[in-house]
Amino acid sequence: MKYTAVMSGVVDVAARVIANRRLSDDYNVLALDAPDIAANAAPGQFVMLKAGRGNDPLLRRPFSVFEVLRDGGAPAGVSILSKRIGTSTRLLYDAQPGDVVSTLGPLGRPFTIVEPPADAWMVAGGVGLAPFATLAEALRARGVASTLFYGARRAAELFYLDFFRNLGVELVLTTEDGSLGERGRVVAPLDRALAARPSASPVMIYACGPERMLAATARTAAAHARPCQVSVERIMGCGLGGCYSCVVPMRNGNGGAHHVRSCISGPVLPADQIVWD
Amino acid sequence: MTDLSVRIGSLELKNPLIAASGCFGYGVEYADVVDLASLGAIVSKGLFLQEREGHPAPRIVETPAGMVNAIGLQGIGARRFIEEKLPELRARRATVIVNVCGTTLDEYVEVSRMIGDADGVAAIELNISCPNIKEGGIQFGCSLTGTYDVVKAVKKVTRVPVIPKLTPNVTDVASFARAAEDAGADAISLVNTFLAMVIDVDTRMPKISNGVGGLSGPAIRPIAVRMVHECRQMVKIPIIGMGGISDARDALEFMIAGADAVQVGTANFVDPFVWAKILDGINDYAARHHLTRLADIVGTVQHETAPSRS
Repeated sequence: MKYTAVMSGVVDVAARVIANRRLSDDYNVLALDAPDIAANAAPGQFVMLKAGRGNDPLLRRPFSVFEVLRDGGAPAGVSILSKRIGTSTRLLYDAQPGDVVSTLGPLGRPFTIVEPPADAWMVAGGVGLAPFATLAEALRARGVASTLFYGARRAAELFYLDFFRNLGVELVLTTEDGSLGERGRVVAPLDRALAARPSASPVMIYACGPERMLAATARTAAAHARPCQVSVERIMGCGLGGCYSCVVPMRNGNGGAHHVRSCISGPVLPADQIVWD
Repeated sequence: MTDLSVRIGSLELKNPLIAASGCFGYGVEYADVVDLASLGAIVSKGLFLQEREGHPAPRIVETPAGMVNAIGLQGIGARRFIEEKLPELRARRATVIVNVCGTTLDEYVEVSRMIGDADGVAAIELNISCPNIKEGGIQFGCSLTGTYDVVKAVKKVTRVPVIPKLTPNVTDVASFARAAEDAGADAISLVNTFLAMVIDVDTRMPKISNGVGGLSGPAIRPIAVRMVHECRQMVKIPIIGMGGISDARDALEFMIAGADAVQVGTANFVDPFVWAKILDGINDYAARHHLTRLADIVGTVQHETAPSRS
């Protein structure tokens, strides 16, 4: 497989914060006024946000496009789902409507979206829910039956459940403390569902979340001989292929590994090509 | 309209703004975002004879007003660059400076010969200053004889201008500028990154896989300006200055300190559209100061220890 960059219509927008919805003490959804990005963003693509104005923090941070916001049908902006873990995400958590956030995008290779009769099974861990709102909409538009396997630490950190239900997405929920859905990790019910599915019924697995969850999802998909696309998260310097920071080891066909830039060859990558630790 | 052109040896650049090696991929990555022909030049990622995979992630960590990187010179090698990247760069009318690496003197010579013969290469920047690889590179750049020998050897095998890129991780950078000049360098570029380390106090592990890396960004700018100034006093050959340049004023500061041209690296990560903004700012400055030639400001810092360029 040859990984080539998909790069067109990239713009840097001084995006006004339309709304900042704090979902919990850690998570927020930041809605940004960026019609030019909204018009071109495909499910799985990301934006690079500059949280502050000065030199600290200096670099942008990558975020999956969470929602494409519309104003009477016309693309008006994008939102991001953020979890507060560092300086930039703290600034974004505290952002006020009217603040301006420099937003570069859309960037990266999107998901390859299946068609019926294939089903789509999305696997999300924590903030890894982010790329699946737009994917679920695209799947719905194509009439693809969809399931979301969604795990978090506790019930209060499972978000947007009604959003997915309203799109006809079947929900399989897990929490580490058992406060909602099955207790444990999200890959367990995924594995059972794959075991129960007739091999003649095609299914595409889409996964986004912590690295160990992605690796476990990739192993499960491979064990059941199902295709799997993962959206990886790496520390990223530029988002455009310039810095070579965000590399993922991919099989090179000679039994070795090749470092692939996840910003331009990903963030969506075929799970069976990644060399998992 | 001010004349922004600058001369780097036999090479004339339409303006002094150059994309720094390791910060601009092979240039082609940015072709849809930046008009490559609008830049004075672009410098490729460092190239060895062979392909290299570099270090595992994490490769960068952010610091106050800067970043530390240890990419490990991942690259496609000289041959693939000539075959796969140069044709598009030529078609985009980019002025291409190729950053040449080596683990041995012979490798520098061989890569330089290949690159210098390739159609569309304007100059060679000799990477004798990368802090992130075990062999070669900075070993040459941290030794006066090593610097002299590699420049001398490369000059014998190519007609394109040769520009050694100096490391700041030495006691007296100006003496290395002198060694480069004595060996026949057409120009020098400086500074490469400052060796640095960032530790996670919870895990007590370095935050990048290589342990140590190179610090770049606005945090290093005043040190880099000082080093350019010191080199200006020591050598007559053109100097390409860099280190934390983010806007027109930063670029002008380096030129006034003694740089004939400047490179921009980390700022391109923050804002890939920074190039036009810097050029606009330089033009505004030139108009405000009634400059006919931008090159007239080079080395004009008003200070009693300031160098005379005559």
